[in-house]
Amino acid sequence: MKQTITEKIFSQHLSREVRAGEVVISPIDFAFSHDANRPQPLETFFALGGDRVFDPSKVAMFLDHAPNSHTPAVAEMHRMMRSFAADQGIKIYPAGRGISHQVIPEEGHAVPGRLIVGSDSHTCTAGAFNLLATGVGSNDLAVAMMLGKLWFKVPQTIRFMVEGSLSSGVFSKDLILHMIGIVGADGANYRAVEFLGSGIRELDMEARMTITNMAVEMGAKFGIMEVDEVTRRWLSNKGITDWQRYDTDLEAEVEAIYHVRADELVPMVAAPPSPDKVSPVTDFAGTKIQQATIGTSANGQLDDLRAAAEVLRGNKIAPGVKLYVTAASKLAYIAAQHEGLIELFVEKGALIGNPGCSGCTGASGFGTPGDGEKMITSANRNFIGRTGNNKAEIYLASPATVMASAIEGAIADPRPYFFGSSKTGSKSS
Amino acid sequence: MAGRAQLFGDNINTDYIIAAQHKASTLDMALMAKHALEDIDPGFATRVRPGDVVVAGRNFGCGSSREAAVHVMKVLGVRAILAQSFARIYFRNAINTGLPVLECDTSEIRQDDEIEIDFERGVAINLTRKQELPVTPLPPVMQAVLAAGGISAYLKEHGDLVLPPS
Repeated sequence: MKQTITEKIFSQHLSREVRAGEVVISPIDFAFSHDANRPQPLETFFALGGDRVFDPSKVAMFLDHAPNSHTPAVAEMHRMMRSFAADQGIKIYPAGRGISHQVIPEEGHAVPGRLIVGSDSHTCTAGAFNLLATGVGSNDLAVAMMLGKLWFKVPQTIRFMVEGSLSSGVFSKDLILHMIGIVGADGANYRAVEFLGSGIRELDMEARMTITNMAVEMGAKFGIMEVDEVTRRWLSNKGITDWQRYDTDLEAEVEAIYHVRADELVPMVAAPPSPDKVSPVTDFAGTKIQQATIGTSANGQLDDLRAAAEVLRGNKIAPGVKLYVTAASKLAYIAAQHEGLIELFVEKGALIGNPGCSGCTGASGFGTPGDGEKMITSANRNFIGRTGNNKAEIYLASPATVMASAIEGAIADPRPYFFGSSKTGSKSS
Repeated sequence: MAGRAQLFGDNINTDYIIAAQHKASTLDMALMAKHALEDIDPGFATRVRPGDVVVAGRNFGCGSSREAAVHVMKVLGVRAILAQSFARIYFRNAINTGLPVLECDTSEIRQDDEIEIDFERGVAINLTRKQELPVTPLPPVMQAVLAAGGISAYLKEHGDLVLPPS
């Protein structure tokens, strides 16, 4: 039987051939929660009658959403989670270690073929590593923690075939915004999305994760990519040797196939209040902004900070624009410091957030915009009030576009800043 | 018993239902619920009465995995949510929490219409407009979880996570 990646990985987990549409109970390879969950899965765990987690090596917690512990409620949640983790003997990644979606691959949890659930909708980020990862709520996460299994409907698949190379100044963020614009905010609801083609293979793992991260912005259950040399090198660098690849069968039954030309793509922007209101950056040229935010699980990796720094070097932040920069993880933060990027940002007037979700939501205690302000951000959501103020407007773009806009004080095309540069930010490292 | 329709549009995301900063300011779901939907409808939390039905368009509950977005509805006494379609995580969270989420054609429902739900027959009844709205049946596993009152009760009933006989 010809199968999609999703069908193959579920088949492997159930030791039998499964097809899209079936409802199955599957073993879980890794389950995690974070500090923004209300109720916290540890609470629903006890409500379900939980005593011990099914396997302490397969359950983890992340203190990433509010790394500043800026309110008593957050501090209390952190205390409860640390206490539960110590009692259960599970790993807890402390505030400052970084966002779960970046730390999971860094810590070697993202292994091809795995099934991962997390109480965060952007859990699908890890799908860049040829695995199934999806967000669930507190109750489902507690079931997974307790029993090591969960029920799933094996989803139908939508496939994007991306061909060609991104131009200089155009990034994987522009690509995923474009794809979300094609299908809409619910265009992949309940579906798995396969991202394939030469345009994906040219991207490094960080750039790929930006795409799978935002698969949920089209409603997807899974965003998945295949293994290639880039994936293999990453896994090898992490010392991960025991894995198997799951390639899709191109003849497998899928619901839709979209063809995208990466080489024809221009920088894209999503207008408020939805990530699917996507148009070329030139449509917004001249729209004044008062705040620019770089970071989050969509675009807070070292590559992203490098691209932003390349735009900023030799330029100034426009008067009246606030610039917030946060590395997604501690490792990216340290590397950015070694490369002098943090110094550059600070010298130019940026505020630096603690590694984690700083600046992404109003729960992070960082970078809330003022009334009537327009902000442009490298984040993944621009809903009204997302960053803590419903009287502000949020535009989404790549880190390069965000930085170009900070320099010009208005939404700006970053391509001129890369003129004569060979860097595209999309090269395989 | 009928409840009044509280009407919303398409793509009502979890940030609208409960904004992130309210999760950081308290761990008390009842306090959090006072802010439900306030960014797009500041009067909602005071206007809604126990038994009311939230009615929306497409893709209700898109965005975060935040289960608080279901719990605040329960705290406010919302009896059910009717929408053209639901985002995946919200749909599961609601069923797991025992909150009925019903997919049906909501296009003719207006604010304050009296809505009754007949779970046996699988229809929502708009008493004001004298219309019966067929509800898309839930998959058997979700029917069973909802009938038990949520995933916690379901697990206790069965002693394990099992699929209902098909």
